[in-house]
Amino acid sequence: MTTTFEQTGPRTPVVESIRVDKLSPRSRLAGRARAIIATVLALISLIPVFWIIRTAFIPLNEVTAIPPKIIFTPSLEGLVGLLTDDRILSESALAAKRNDPNLSFVDRVMLNAGREVVGSSPYASQLVNSVVIAGASTILSVFFGLLSAYAFSRFNIPGAGDLLFFILSTRMLPPVVVTIPIFLMYRSLGLHDTHIGLILLYTVFNLSFSVWLLKGFIDEIPREYEEAALVDGYTRLQAFRKIVLPQALTGIAATTVFCLIFAWNEYAFALMLTSQNARTAPPAIPSILGSGGIEWNTIASGVLIFLIPVVIVTFALRKYLLRGVTFGAIRK
Amino acid sequence: MAEIVLQNITKKFSHVVALNDVSLCVRSGEFMVLLGPTGAGKTTTLRVIAGLEKQDEGQILFDGNDVSTHTPADRDVAFVFQQYSLYPTMSVYDNLAFPLRSPLRKMAEADIKARVQQVAELLRITHLLERKTARLSGGEMQRVSIGRAIVRRPRAFLMDEPLSNLDAKLREALRIELKHIQKTQSSTTLFVTHDQIEALTMADRIGVLFEGKLIQVGTPTDIYDRPTTTFVAQLVGTPRINLHKASRDNGTLHIMNSEVSLPMPPDTTAHLPPTFTLGIRPEDVKITPTGALAGQVVLIEPLGVETVVHIRAGHQTLLSVVPGMTTLKLHEEVRFDVERERLHFFNSDGARIL
Amino acid sequence: MATIELIQVEKKFGANYAVKPMDLTIRDGEFLVLLGPSGCGKTTTLRMISGLESVTAGCIKLNGRDVTWIHPSQRDIAFVFQFFALYPHMTVRDNIAFPLQAQQVPRAEVNRRVDEVVKLLQIEHLLNSRPGALSSGDQQRVSLARALVRRPAAFLMDEPLGALDADYRETMRAEIKRLHIDQHATSVYVTHDQIEAMAMGDRIVVMSAAMVQQVGTPAEVYYDPANLFVARFIGSPGMNLIRGQYEQGQFIFPRGDRYTVPANWRPALDKALNGAGEVILGFRPESGKVEVQQTDNLIKAEVYASDMHGGFSMLHLDVGAPNVVHIRANRDTDFLMGERVHFGLDPAMVRFFHPQSELAIRREEN
Repeated sequence: MTTTFEQTGPRTPVVESIRVDKLSPRSRLAGRARAIIATVLALISLIPVFWIIRTAFIPLNEVTAIPPKIIFTPSLEGLVGLLTDDRILSESALAAKRNDPNLSFVDRVMLNAGREVVGSSPYASQLVNSVVIAGASTILSVFFGLLSAYAFSRFNIPGAGDLLFFILSTRMLPPVVVTIPIFLMYRSLGLHDTHIGLILLYTVFNLSFSVWLLKGFIDEIPREYEEAALVDGYTRLQAFRKIVLPQALTGIAATTVFCLIFAWNEYAFALMLTSQNARTAPPAIPSILGSGGIEWNTIASGVLIFLIPVVIVTFALRKYLLRGVTFGAIRK
Repeated sequence: MAEIVLQNITKKFSHVVALNDVSLCVRSGEFMVLLGPTGAGKTTTLRVIAGLEKQDEGQILFDGNDVSTHTPADRDVAFVFQQYSLYPTMSVYDNLAFPLRSPLRKMAEADIKARVQQVAELLRITHLLERKTARLSGGEMQRVSIGRAIVRRPRAFLMDEPLSNLDAKLREALRIELKHIQKTQSSTTLFVTHDQIEALTMADRIGVLFEGKLIQVGTPTDIYDRPTTTFVAQLVGTPRINLHKASRDNGTLHIMNSEVSLPMPPDTTAHLPPTFTLGIRPEDVKITPTGALAGQVVLIEPLGVETVVHIRAGHQTLLSVVPGMTTLKLHEEVRFDVERERLHFFNSDGARIL
Repeated sequence: MATIELIQVEKKFGANYAVKPMDLTIRDGEFLVLLGPSGCGKTTTLRMISGLESVTAGCIKLNGRDVTWIHPSQRDIAFVFQFFALYPHMTVRDNIAFPLQAQQVPRAEVNRRVDEVVKLLQIEHLLNSRPGALSSGDQQRVSLARALVRRPAAFLMDEPLGALDADYRETMRAEIKRLHIDQHATSVYVTHDQIEAMAMGDRIVVMSAAMVQQVGTPAEVYYDPANLFVARFIGSPGMNLIRGQYEQGQFIFPRGDRYTVPANWRPALDKALNGAGEVILGFRPESGKVEVQQTDNLIKAEVYASDMHGGFSMLHLDVGAPNVVHIRANRDTDFLMGERVHFGLDPAMVRFFHPQSELAIRREEN
């Protein structure tokens, strides 16, 4: 029995509202001009990044040339110098070394700069520390944040408002203020210069942010979905896994990116609470001082390599980031 | 199919009393509609029966057994929400199969497939089974939601304004279909709405809720012909009932601030207080050239099958319905009469005077 | 106050039409309704008239002046939204005064006009409240006041009653129409609810799938629908439509019942169908009557469902066609599901349509 009557197809209309005055030729020209200016400004603000790239590949003897050289023969000295320990050779030793037929590529590069390779630098392992610590703390803070956010969103927790504010307030604290107490605490607990120590700290700091952000995302998922599942016979955990999680993926991705960026770049605590074992890259890079003057190209290489992982992750997840930043701006 | 009994249910949210001592009996196989404005407590009633909220006081009995402590899953009811009831990441087939795949049921895939096919045929959505739910129209979505409820063969159906978000035309069509399905399957259904046409056309019985209290329970005819309060009288019937303050002068009723006087047969009005509220349904206000009362037309609303005429008599406006189209014009003077046997009387706090 | 003309106005998104080329003239003081299901193009049309949406072709004139490329604020129109669009941080008084302040009207005049308009809408007691504290009906009244205060040439309303509870809609519908009559305003009103359209419109533009299906008064679209869409869409429920064979002055129902068509239809049908062929019969629920006595020209049916509508009942009958037939009956009629009945048709109210083109066959088709 048909009594139906409808337009079939998706319900949301295709909306592409273009207001009348935005189509005039003058308005279009203005739009283009604005785009050009914005691009120029963006390029200008990227100059420091271009500079770092330049400096990373410039031979040491041309680094501080005045006027600054933009056109040069690139060399891998900075990069190699970053990853190796070296010392300056005298002229005679240099000449002698040059004639050695068993020189590796790395040796040769350093020879051009007047140095001899004596081993590898700690940078590689410091980078690995960064990856491990930032990665682990991000995973932990997102995981626990998700569970807390779900609880705050769905359950009737007494004093929820106060608790949430309390959680957020940890983010209002300038980290430097608590470095000394934490340093003392860690030392007596034996957590100083351990991976676990830093992971724990970063997790705690990131938790506040991740709870807040994830709660916002979960609030947006209508609870009718889980309630339908509950009524159908699923437990709450199953409902969470099958229904909430797939829909919260965008939010989880956005939160992950933010937590990762914070943990990756963190400097103050890393400096105070690590020395040999668990040192991460941020405090390590400025301490790369050469043996014969400041090796700017090495430092720049360090920065460049440090930048790359986070740039890749952010680029890969860029559309989730946008959602995370603009999210919550419109409250219902 | 289960009989559902609510005994003295009270539910508070912080300081708001959502349900105030509500007692209701839904018989097995009955289509009961809970009607009331937004905020009356209709959704809360459904959620309490489903187990999604816990009542503060009172019992809920399914076939005589107290289910107050049972989880939603154990109560074996199906809930159809107003919106957001279909999982957006799954296809229509998976949505329909989801309730059957729950750990409580442990059905074989082949059985699930057969059941889903059967329900899809019943609701004429077999051509949509492979589609993702985001690509459905509003009406198709609601049919799938209803399908998801039916597929479980639960003890009872709880429906929370499932048609409210649909276009008027679609609502009409789905109403008739839903009623037909319910009658052929004899399912106990508790249906919530704020739309009185839905209530009148679909219900075996209607429960009128207002601010957490159950005001009246009865068949559509009871509710329409013998509303117990002015609120109920205004709630059902389009166009809405004319309600005016009136006074009694021996055997004649006068609508205040107007020139409308209705001489009544002897001994029919002696029990009325000196002032009261008079209710007249628009179909009982008859425009006729020989009418005893006079007024002026201030608005004409042609609806096709009938026309609503707003008549101004003194400072009061009375609504009348005329079958088909009318030749009356705006500001025209008319004469009309009122059907004396079908008047409703209410006292000053809105309760019906018998 | 204003005549609005749409000349070959169309809206395309890429290759898809949101509104196919449309000609329309809205007369001064008219209450014109754009009616249709979701997605038919009615809101887009309204927005083009207002300037909130640009046209891809065609021309819009307000009182003879070409306003096609003029900014919405310069068109002298007021827009009333479905979801009120009231400024939540401002009081009711400030909300209503806002459009006048934007036009730099002097303070004394602003106050005078605000007072005038709130009296008209009976919301004086709400002047100092915030929109958030008001009921939806009152919010809509404030929204109307804000539109009225500008005394624009035309009012454009986008489903203003859509967000209100069903019972409130009836009252507000009459209020809006009364306001329109008192103010002699030109109004363009968009809705998907055909009851609203019929009750309020001086003329109704029925739209579907980006196209205008029919423009006419309520009586015209109700009694003489131009095609199947209008026949089904107008009326609740819509017109009953049965596909069957026509031959020798008789319409044959799917199960074989023969219905002799009224004599005055024969010439038109013979001409349109070349003597015989498939045709669609249409009749409104109130033109069918269930007869107890078995007389001539009745059609057999089974009861599919029946429901009570307060003052009357509606019977839904199965005549062997894919769709159910609805007949309006007295409220005391009490038929059970599956029961067999006979019903007849009012000869003045039957209509016929071409099955392929879906257009109405006109009786004066000579």
